[in-house]
Amino acid sequence: MSASAAAPLRPSRREARAGLAFIAPALGLILLFFVVPVVAGFLLAGTDFDIYAIGDFSTARFVGFANFAALLRDPVFWKALGNTFYFVLVGGPLSVAVSLGAAMLVNARLVRLKGLFRTVYFAPVVTTMVAVAVVWRYLYHPRFGLLNQILALLGLPDVNWLGDPRWAMPAIILMAVWKNFGYNMIIFVAGLQSIPTTLYEAARVDGAGPWQQFRRITLPALRPMLVFVAIITMIGYFQLFTEPYVLTGGTGGPLNSTLSLVMYMYKQGFRWWNIGFAAAVALVLFLIILAGTLVQMRLQRERE
Amino acid sequence: MQALLPEFERANPGVHVQVQQIPFTAAHEKILTAFVGGSTPDLTQLGNTWIPELVALEAVEPLGKRVAGSSLAPSQFFPGIWATNEIDGEVYGVPWYVDTRLLFYRTDLWTQAGVARPPRSWEEWREDMRRVKALPGPEHYAILLPIDEWAQPVVLALQARADLLGDGGRRGDFHDPHFRRAFEFYVSLFAERLAPPLGNAQVANPYQQFADGYFASWITGPWNLSEFRRRVPPERQGVWTTAPLPGVAEADYPGVSLAGGSSLVIFRASEHKDAAFRLVEFLAGVRQQVEFYRLIGDLPARIAAWDDPVLTGEPHLRAFREQLQHVEPMPRVPEWERIAWAIAEAAERVILRQQTVDRSLDQLQAEVDGMLAKRRFLLDRPARGASP
Repeated sequence: MSASAAAPLRPSRREARAGLAFIAPALGLILLFFVVPVVAGFLLAGTDFDIYAIGDFSTARFVGFANFAALLRDPVFWKALGNTFYFVLVGGPLSVAVSLGAAMLVNARLVRLKGLFRTVYFAPVVTTMVAVAVVWRYLYHPRFGLLNQILALLGLPDVNWLGDPRWAMPAIILMAVWKNFGYNMIIFVAGLQSIPTTLYEAARVDGAGPWQQFRRITLPALRPMLVFVAIITMIGYFQLFTEPYVLTGGTGGPLNSTLSLVMYMYKQGFRWWNIGFAAAVALVLFLIILAGTLVQMRLQRERE
Repeated sequence: MQALLPEFERANPGVHVQVQQIPFTAAHEKILTAFVGGSTPDLTQLGNTWIPELVALEAVEPLGKRVAGSSLAPSQFFPGIWATNEIDGEVYGVPWYVDTRLLFYRTDLWTQAGVARPPRSWEEWREDMRRVKALPGPEHYAILLPIDEWAQPVVLALQARADLLGDGGRRGDFHDPHFRRAFEFYVSLFAERLAPPLGNAQVANPYQQFADGYFASWITGPWNLSEFRRRVPPERQGVWTTAPLPGVAEADYPGVSLAGGSSLVIFRASEHKDAAFRLVEFLAGVRQQVEFYRLIGDLPARIAAWDDPVLTGEPHLRAFREQLQHVEPMPRVPEWERIAWAIAEAAERVILRQQTVDRSLDQLQAEVDGMLAKRRFLLDRPARGASP
């Protein structure tokens, strides 16, 4: 919100009313489709609205914070929370790093066929998740999978990728990063192209090596993009759902090791119809994402 | 389905049937949202484990009187299947097609292991599986029991005469020695490495692996008959067959299995209940049931339909006919599916060596009691004169 140099004229009431009339349709839609559902969600989180209440509304009870208390006592919730943080904290930075690396490779002066590489790396982003998951399920197959065959060539033991609780989440992260990095890569490529080449030339004249050029020129110049990408990736990764859902056949297994918060919410709400409880989970997820975003923005402001 | 209707419409002038097809996996959500939105059809096909839920919602019409005044009678259907449609003594659905699970096995491998007949008791079964496991060759297993399915542990529990739920469906009953016996038998098959600790997602193509001999038997249902015919390579077609499940002891043979399948129900909100029931009666007719099997491959719920040459000519169906006379319904509470998943997860915790049997069953009991809390509240609150 930057104040413009010239002091704005105070709008007359007539103008204000006209302005209001113009934005009224949009405001109304936001009210109807955003504010009302959000408020309803908050209210639902305080009830035990469930399958019985769908049939007979009078069986729904107001339970106050009981849903949250039950949530905190449920080991599956903590498991899902831990899995989600695992995915965000490992997968998020990995995804940003891979995107940046790929962007620099694609943008390097020596590379030919830049357009082709950009398209190839971007292709997974626009491929249907379900199709991708079917292919990756075969890559991860414990007996015939390509990954295990590569491990065997290197003389390493087999990994039961999606069947071993220790390896299932790394498998999900690997697939998610592969699928998503192209999107951020495009943003980084745009950022890289906006850095004047004269900066690098000057640095080389001063004797800066490639690493110093990267640290002192590329990274600072990309900072706004990095912040944007980091926040968007974090928000997206907190909402992990499709990848484990399709890779594990909707179970979040083995032993809930790939169950994310959103999957937990989905199961509670739309498989078991514990709508009130699921609304409480949604509220918790909302608070976590809000906190994460605020922390990142604060860190960024301090650096500046 | 569409092919059966012209005859009905000719016989019932003025009645026009509109059919909407939805994939089975999406049907549950679709029906519930239709109910919430007040746009239910006159009748629908319903997986029979969903009936308790829709009865709890008071969404479906009791059919007892209509059935009694019609050409249909409970004795015309497999008893275990009919029972899935009865809740607290009232009938809410008419069986439409059935399925159940039994043993599919590789006759060549079992013969090679020196096993002459399908197993009849758990101990005989375990001994047979040990022999198959001991056959020479690359890594292989005697049986596939996907650890992310609840049907197999639940079948074994029913065979051991476990009630699963106690106190009128108000609480879990998982410390019951009958349940524990079945649970321990199930997890021991993995501890002995007779079954691989894999879920469906990791098996990827079970037909190919069955043909390769990676596992020599599989507990699955009729929906896989056509898949086996299509996907098992031709040179392996002669070497597999079906058999009823073993019982706990030989005297129990054949052991019970799940009473699965679909029923036809009529919604309370329907304005054409009489016509809808005429259609139900028509579709449950012997001729239509045979025709439906011929068209789709779903197994008829009417016993008389099984005498038709279309079905008697199919050797793999003999075991199904026998098994269907030994099927039992699962606990008829709306929370059942969630409870069943909790049972599978309890077994998974033991199979993957995260918990002992004791701790796993304690956790299962606590979880299920929690799931049934609302049901206890509703059943035990003072009656308000609203009971149907």
